[in-house]
Amino acid sequence: MNIEVIIPLIIFLAIIFFIGYWSSKKLESSTGGFLQEYFLGGRELGGFVLAMTMVATYGSASSFLGGPGTAYTMGFGWVLLAMTQVVTGYFVLLILGKKFAILARKYNAITLIDFLKVRYNSTVVVLLAAASMIIFLFSAMTAQWVGGGRLIESLTGMKYTTALFIFAVSVLVYVVIGGFRAVAVTDAVQGGVMVVGTLILLIAVIIAGGGVPNIMQDLLAENPNLVTPYGNEGNLSAAYVSSFWILVGVGVVGLPQMAVRAMSYKNTRSMHRALVIGTIVTGFIMLNMHLIGVFARPILPGIKVADTVIPLVALKVLPAWLAGIVLAAPLAAIMSTVDSLLILVSSSIVKDVYINYLNPNASEKKVKNLSFGMTTLLGTVVFLLALNPPDLLIFLNLFAFGGLEEAFIWPVVLGLYWSYGNKYGAIASMLTGIITYIALHFYNQANGNLFGVHTVVVPVILSLIAYVICSLVIKKTKYIF
Amino acid sequence: MELDLRFKIAHREALIGLGLAIVHFLWWFGFAYGLGSRPVEEYTYILGFPDWFFYSCIVGFILVSVTVIILAKYILKDVSFEEEEDGQ
Repeated sequence: MNIEVIIPLIIFLAIIFFIGYWSSKKLESSTGGFLQEYFLGGRELGGFVLAMTMVATYGSASSFLGGPGTAYTMGFGWVLLAMTQVVTGYFVLLILGKKFAILARKYNAITLIDFLKVRYNSTVVVLLAAASMIIFLFSAMTAQWVGGGRLIESLTGMKYTTALFIFAVSVLVYVVIGGFRAVAVTDAVQGGVMVVGTLILLIAVIIAGGGVPNIMQDLLAENPNLVTPYGNEGNLSAAYVSSFWILVGVGVVGLPQMAVRAMSYKNTRSMHRALVIGTIVTGFIMLNMHLIGVFARPILPGIKVADTVIPLVALKVLPAWLAGIVLAAPLAAIMSTVDSLLILVSSSIVKDVYINYLNPNASEKKVKNLSFGMTTLLGTVVFLLALNPPDLLIFLNLFAFGGLEEAFIWPVVLGLYWSYGNKYGAIASMLTGIITYIALHFYNQANGNLFGVHTVVVPVILSLIAYVICSLVIKKTKYIF
Repeated sequence: MELDLRFKIAHREALIGLGLAIVHFLWWFGFAYGLGSRPVEEYTYILGFPDWFFYSCIVGFILVSVTVIILAKYILKDVSFEEEEDGQ
């Protein structure tokens, strides 16, 4: 494999390591308490870092490899679908926004579950939430690590095991020593790499294709369906594409890794800046990465494996050293997603389970060692699982993001804005959401999508109904914020 | 009283977010399927892109970005997170 491609990747990793080291120095000198610093970066994220960490955490392997690969196959219909993600840029911050930040500080909440614990005052809610978070995020994390390993494998020609090892050690080192601040600041750098990589590759692909009108002619000549909103075989229905507004747009409010960011910012000015930067950067990356996928089609026809479209087209249209810089973008996307999940699962085990129930009086030193130890242990377990992923994990990963949204969206949103929401509603909504989601998944696999929409839609509605009915019927009480 | 005011602002801004998402959805959906459902031969092209895609995804994205900038600059209000802690 080409050494010129590898050098930019090594420089990228070196910068990431340096940030981990810098954050660990901050951690030592912090005064706000270890937990708050390690798991929330001391609640002092500024607007730029906040925006980038949201974009980078959310933009995963699928935004840079899988998504553009599907756009390559399906055409403009899939770019239209991908653009539903622009809404997350402003929606999460505006909806959770100020109320969540104010309450999180008031409750002294460090994790999403801390918030739910105070709001609902219920052990069942906490344990249910912690269990779904640990199970779903763990599966999602493993899948992303496999993606990271495969990407390094394909770029460097190393064996998968070696590639995965390099990837795992890189992520673990900076997350374990630096905590949330390292995660957020590396996310900002990784977000920057993602933006620059996208821009370079877009320009190169348009030039290689002879300009947009020319590419469009090629697409029309090959299959006119590629330029319609209905997909290459005309099988993307309006209802199906629109239902992605729930899965990757507004439903993202329910993802714990997004919610925890909405309690980490310094002040409302940071939040307003993040709103603007987040929306523009998300839209820019989603629009252009998926366009690159479509535009790659006339340049490099006949690619069979969707995930390889972006690496292959980058190597084809760019000089090797520049391809190395651009291909740091998907690597950045994967790293910035797994690092957030890692710190989140670790915080959930340490804070939500251990400190809440096992040892509420643990000393600062003990908590510190446990946090480092747990993060390392989790990372090692994920590494071992990613070496040869068991079927169960691959299976659970299918449910990861949808399942989390089903579990958390109503307990979080209605918990914030509806005084009559209570623990019975929250428990009913979580159980209804997860169970009907998994059940409907099998139904849809066997019979085609119910009502022609994505699996996530119907359970969201059912869990809303469950939340409202149970809150009103069982011990109706008004919650004073 | 301080508390009520801050929550009032927060509630208003959450509604703004919801409203923006609904308008955004209608714009996105309207142009994509309003223009995109015609036979392909009738498409016109703007800057090389099919018209439905240009209005729905490119113009839509630019309009949303401008709206968010205006919101952040003129509509959303700064509130303090700190006073609450002092009050406790």
